[in-house]
Amino acid sequence: MKIHEYQGKELFKKFGVKVLENRVARSGDEAAAAYDALGGAIAVVKAQIHAGGRGKGTFIENDKQYGVQLCKSADEAKAAAEAMLGNHLVTIQTGPEGKQVNQVIVEAGCDIARELYLGIVLDRENKLPVLMCSQEGGVEIEKVAHETPEKIFKENFEPADGISSDQIKTLCDKLELSGDSVAAADTFMKALCKLYVDLDCSLMEINPLVVTGSGDLVALDAKLNFDSNALFRQAEVSEMRDLSEEEESEVRASDAGLSYVKLEGNIGCLVNGAGLAMSTMDIIKLHGGQPANFLDVGGGAKTEAVTEAFRIILSDKNVKGVLVNIFGGIMKCSTIAEALVSAAKTVGFEVPLVVRLEGTEVEEGRRILEESDVDLISATDLTDAAEKVCAAIK
Amino acid sequence: MSILINKDTRVICQGITGKVGEFHTRGCLEYGTKMVGGVTPKKGGQEVAGLPVFDTVAEAVEQTGANATMIFVPPRFAAAAIMEAIEAKIPCICAITEGIPVLDMVPVYKAAQAAGVVLVGPNCPGVITPEECKIGIMPGYIHQKGKVGIMSRSGTLTYEGVWQTSNLGLGQTTCVGLGGDPIVGTSFIDCLRMFEEDDETEAILMMGEIGGTAEEEAAAYVKENVTKPVAAFIAGKTAPPGKRMGHAGAIISGGKGTAAEKMAALEAAGIEVAQSPADMGTAMKRAIDKA
Repeated sequence: MKIHEYQGKELFKKFGVKVLENRVARSGDEAAAAYDALGGAIAVVKAQIHAGGRGKGTFIENDKQYGVQLCKSADEAKAAAEAMLGNHLVTIQTGPEGKQVNQVIVEAGCDIARELYLGIVLDRENKLPVLMCSQEGGVEIEKVAHETPEKIFKENFEPADGISSDQIKTLCDKLELSGDSVAAADTFMKALCKLYVDLDCSLMEINPLVVTGSGDLVALDAKLNFDSNALFRQAEVSEMRDLSEEEESEVRASDAGLSYVKLEGNIGCLVNGAGLAMSTMDIIKLHGGQPANFLDVGGGAKTEAVTEAFRIILSDKNVKGVLVNIFGGIMKCSTIAEALVSAAKTVGFEVPLVVRLEGTEVEEGRRILEESDVDLISATDLTDAAEKVCAAIK
Repeated sequence: MSILINKDTRVICQGITGKVGEFHTRGCLEYGTKMVGGVTPKKGGQEVAGLPVFDTVAEAVEQTGANATMIFVPPRFAAAAIMEAIEAKIPCICAITEGIPVLDMVPVYKAAQAAGVVLVGPNCPGVITPEECKIGIMPGYIHQKGKVGIMSRSGTLTYEGVWQTSNLGLGQTTCVGLGGDPIVGTSFIDCLRMFEEDDETEAILMMGEIGGTAEEEAAAYVKENVTKPVAAFIAGKTAPPGKRMGHAGAIISGGKGTAAEKMAALEAAGIEVAQSPADMGTAMKRAIDKA
């Protein structure tokens, strides 16, 4: 689960991680008032969407307007906010359709001496969280990691213990931080590691992390993702979820206990199991088709959830055909067959439907489909299924 | 021989009084697994599927001589359940539960390593040695005793590979579902080591997916240490970056973990890579014929 920068900064403040003073604004007037309230000579207006690259991104409605803008008066802040709000910001992470900006923050200016990068993720190889930092702040860190991995410094830490002062000193040396900055880094990094663990983050990034003229450390950005499996114990974080930032069909799916990701193609897929669902997408493409979605109905889905899955797939207007690929384990083929029959009645299939069943209760599943009057094309194996669905949409 | 489990393995089910736990305990019993009991706190003394239920794993081990467990405990209690099995020193622990918070698994992984027990999963289908012992949720009938060792990060995709090798008459020695989470107890490398040492296993089939670097590490290990023919398939060639493909572990992030990278690493290690998921069995056969 993702949250907005301003929400991330609220959490930062709570854990003692330094951020700049900011105000959320949902209109030009609110932005102007926020500018005056901050009282500085400069302020920055930043679009709030769940995607990075905002500083370099521009709007569909106005390609001269960037997602982050420096302002020197309340009028400028108002104009910037008005140019962003309600419009669609396109960044390297949003896709060409962009994301609508519903709120901006107006943030106080800052005396920037240096820009660093700091991130915390799970290090799968060492099975521990890892704090990573680099002197190459403010730029695309993926590029740095790919081209000059030696410029990224890493320290693993135990969730229960956090990062130690010795580890932080090591990092400070590599980052060429000295004097008061070392003490500032100690507080800053320890607080971040604690936040990462206490709130069940799956990713945290500050890019840039600013060293001020006086040697203090300030988080100029805040990108936080959370482990969705842990939300049951993270009430405060759960409340920060902004459904307007998520694909509507994906929200519907997660409410029904399904795992769904919308894609660009025209062949809808309904599969049990994530690995098989990905493989089904792969084999469709291999046979010249384009998958419209990833959909894993999971192991324990009931008829109702499977019916909802069909509804979601068919609500995508690009879908010209559907491939059902089930290898029953926990999921019984008979459940899928019943759901298919029920979906045919309640949802209606206006596009060709190819079904491949194998595994638990496959005979019963095939019998249910045969005895129903649902119009479908049955397939015997994966290749057969992919060929048939690709042929059916032509 | 086989790896991890065989006809003499004595299995308990943690979470046996739950609907899913009971259902799969019955499935394992029908397959012929020596199920010897179950564990659910505060439900000791009951009976499920004709098996005694105990309050604790330690008690179950003492009373039944269990040396393997399958865990169906709900996600928020699952880490503690695995920990209890580790403390009871059960040598083979299969955690089937999906949805365990990943940070919960950090201390659990460490504890399993320190205790020298094998943890398979979590978020996995389990382990099966055909015609001897099935621990987990896989449909038994698709398996066939044979010569291929199978390991996979995905559940139903494993079935697909198993089914293809059965249809080709290759059969399997043991199939291990490693699990789809970012932290799992058993890696491809652990399995490769065991399959390489196992006399009956003549060839190895691995099914990986996008995310992480487990496949690349496995490829490097195969190159240096494995003499048996290996075939592989990687799921997620068409998955877009930044989107989690169901499994918490299946996500391309920061430009790393793509299927293309993994396939290139596997091919460079001399592994026969299937381009299509329908070609896993035949890729295995090609690798065997080449050897």
